[in-house]
Amino acid sequence: MNVVVCAKQIPDPADPGQMDPETRTLKRDVKLILDESDSYGVEMGLQLVDAAGEGEVVLVSMVPNSEVGGLRTALAMGAGSAILVSDEALAGSDALSTAKVLAAAIQRCEPDLVLTATESSDGYTGTVPVQIAELLDLPSVTFAKSIEVSGDTATVQRQTEDGYDVIECSLPCVVSVTAGVVEPRYPSFKGIMAAKNKPVDELDLAALGIDPATVGWTGARQEIVATAEAPAGEAGEIIHDEGDAHERILAFLDDLKIL
Amino acid sequence: MGISKIWIYGESTGGVVSTATLELLAKARTIGDTVEVVVHGDASAVAAELGEHGASTVLSIGELGDGLPGPRVASAMATAIDAGNGPDVLLLATSYDGRDVAGRLSAKIDAPVITNVVDLTVDGDRLLGVESIFGGSLDISTGFTGDGTAIFLVRPKSFAAESAGGAAAAVDSLEGGDLGNTGGSTVKDRFAEESTGPKLDEAAIVVSGGRGLGSAEHYELIETLAGLLKGAAGASRAVVDAGWVPYSYQVGQTGKVVKPAVYLACGISGATQHLVGMKGSANIIAINKDEEAPIFGVADLGIVGDLHKVVPKLIEALQARA
Ligand SMILES: Cc1cc2nc3c(=O)[nH]c(=O)nc-3n(C[C@H](O)[C@H](O)[C@H](O)COP(=O)(O)OP(=O)(O)OC[C@H]3O[C@@H](n4cnc5c(N)ncnc54)[C@H](O)[C@@H]3O)c2cc1C
Ligand SMILES: Cc1cc2nc3c(=O)[nH]c(=O)nc-3n(C[C@H](O)[C@H](O)[C@H](O)COP(=O)(O)OP(=O)(O)OC[C@H]3O[C@@H](n4cnc5c(N)ncnc54)[C@H](O)[C@@H]3O)c2cc1C
Repeated sequence: MNVVVCAKQIPDPADPGQMDPETRTLKRDVKLILDESDSYGVEMGLQLVDAAGEGEVVLVSMVPNSEVGGLRTALAMGAGSAILVSDEALAGSDALSTAKVLAAAIQRCEPDLVLTATESSDGYTGTVPVQIAELLDLPSVTFAKSIEVSGDTATVQRQTEDGYDVIECSLPCVVSVTAGVVEPRYPSFKGIMAAKNKPVDELDLAALGIDPATVGWTGARQEIVATAEAPAGEAGEIIHDEGDAHERILAFLDDLKIL
Repeated sequence: MGISKIWIYGESTGGVVSTATLELLAKARTIGDTVEVVVHGDASAVAAELGEHGASTVLSIGELGDGLPGPRVASAMATAIDAGNGPDVLLLATSYDGRDVAGRLSAKIDAPVITNVVDLTVDGDRLLGVESIFGGSLDISTGFTGDGTAIFLVRPKSFAAESAGGAAAAVDSLEGGDLGNTGGSTVKDRFAEESTGPKLDEAAIVVSGGRGLGSAEHYELIETLAGLLKGAAGASRAVVDAGWVPYSYQVGQTGKVVKPAVYLACGISGATQHLVGMKGSANIIAINKDEEAPIFGVADLGIVGDLHKVVPKLIEALQARA
């Protein structure tokens, strides 16, 4: 069973980043790490390959600058190899262009299953997984809580407003995985050492046969017209509890006549 | 030319239109000359409600059977758009199925999507989507540079649903196209969690608990307080990820957006991803033992203290009143 896991490499969310006033994009001059949201897909992929008893997890990632820091983390967790699509022309890509690039890379792997997160931590459009599925003419299930594969069918628990649906999906297919549904393993020391020698196949747009004009800034076909600081709310009342804070809360609620 | 025709992807359960769909209608009817709603299932069951909220026509793609909406709705929309019968603007709610439809359609008609929209503004002939980033401190307005249908995914609670007193919408049909391999997922079973009291995203009062509760057993404090206030209980993602409560309790970027009259946050730090789900609340009360916690930045009333002392006393006082 061959599983492709999309692994986005992003600036550390603990470092909030800045909007570049010139280009109106997020500045990304910091080192990239594996998006935590994708660590669940990596873990789920590894578990499915284990359960099948054969196959491997192949990572697919797109960046403008050859960065592999995040991929090494996922390789250390146990993924077998990676395809990195890197090209300066990719800077500024929107979600659809990103999906086109990822789909072209995924197609080379002929996977049984493609896993993604439901949304990335930095751009969080949440549209890339389904765009990939449509571009590859594949069925998809989004918001998966669990996945079981048997023969040519994946059985997926899909999150809903008030519970979950059980969805059966023919393979190959694209499944987006909800955060927190599995416990991503910590890379072992052995894993980290092994990751250094695992193959990372770096491709540029020409190698994928993609016209650079269809991606990046020009391909996005959308522009930021204005930015504005959101008005700051009025500062509230802050009190230290001296044993009677509950009375202040009750008085606040009484003033609103809500009880 | 302006914005003449707007489509909305209409979602409903058992003949009841989703609040998010009605919110989109409330905004769309102030922008477009004609507003049409694309639905699946029984269109006549929802035509009155959709018409009342401003739709002129309900376009039905028919029954889905056990198929998922994404590929089927997108294929019907793409067929109409390719034939030149599409809208200037398509609005969808950021829901499970709304995102599926938007993603599929975007790839089919090769059109980008503006996502995470919290407001829509008219800029000459085109519509701009406002996204709120950096935890709501910066608003960015984005517009499309190309022609064709402008697709926007709008976050719930961005607009207030309100009746326009309109007559029932006309019902028409929209033909689906070939699904290729994309229709290969089917619903086998559905499970709904039992819940009592008001729904989280509709309650007038929401009491939410975070990691500061310390352990799963202590979540009962939140349930009890919410019950006494006739509100709904919510949670931060830390608590959901820890398995203390189901995902349906989660408030925030990847959970529900709530805008109650009162939001009471107990032991929640106020990470930006939590704030985007609740900072639109009319009144925010926060209890946190760390006076530096970012949640105090949005609080109307902030209590610096131990929730294990404050909340039980609040519960006692409310019980004494009842
Ligand atoms: C503040 C902000 C707002 C934006 N608004 C829009 C917008 O309105 N419309 C728009 O089209 N674009 C928008 N973008 C750009 C968009 O985020 C990027 O195009 C990004 O490359 C892909 O989208 P995503 O991360 O949002 O994908 P999502 O759909 O959120 O990603 C889902 C999953 O797809 C996989 N994936 C996505 N990107 C990669 C990658 N590069 N490598 C490997 N796997 C990947 C991961 O598994 C990821 O978790 C915005 C970006 C920012 C920073
Ligand atoms: C892509 C992405 C999406 C996310 N989506 C969401 C989302 O939808 N919703 C969400 O909530 N989070 C979301 N998060 C997670 C978010 O970043 C935070 O990690 C999370 O909100 C923290 O939860 P918390 O406030 O309960 O925990 P913590 O940040 O650990 O805060 C606990 C707080 O409790 C206080 N405390 C401890 N003990 C007590 C006590 N006895 N009395 C009073 N106070 C006490 C502490 O001072 C602290 O401020 C997302 C993150 C990412 C990366």
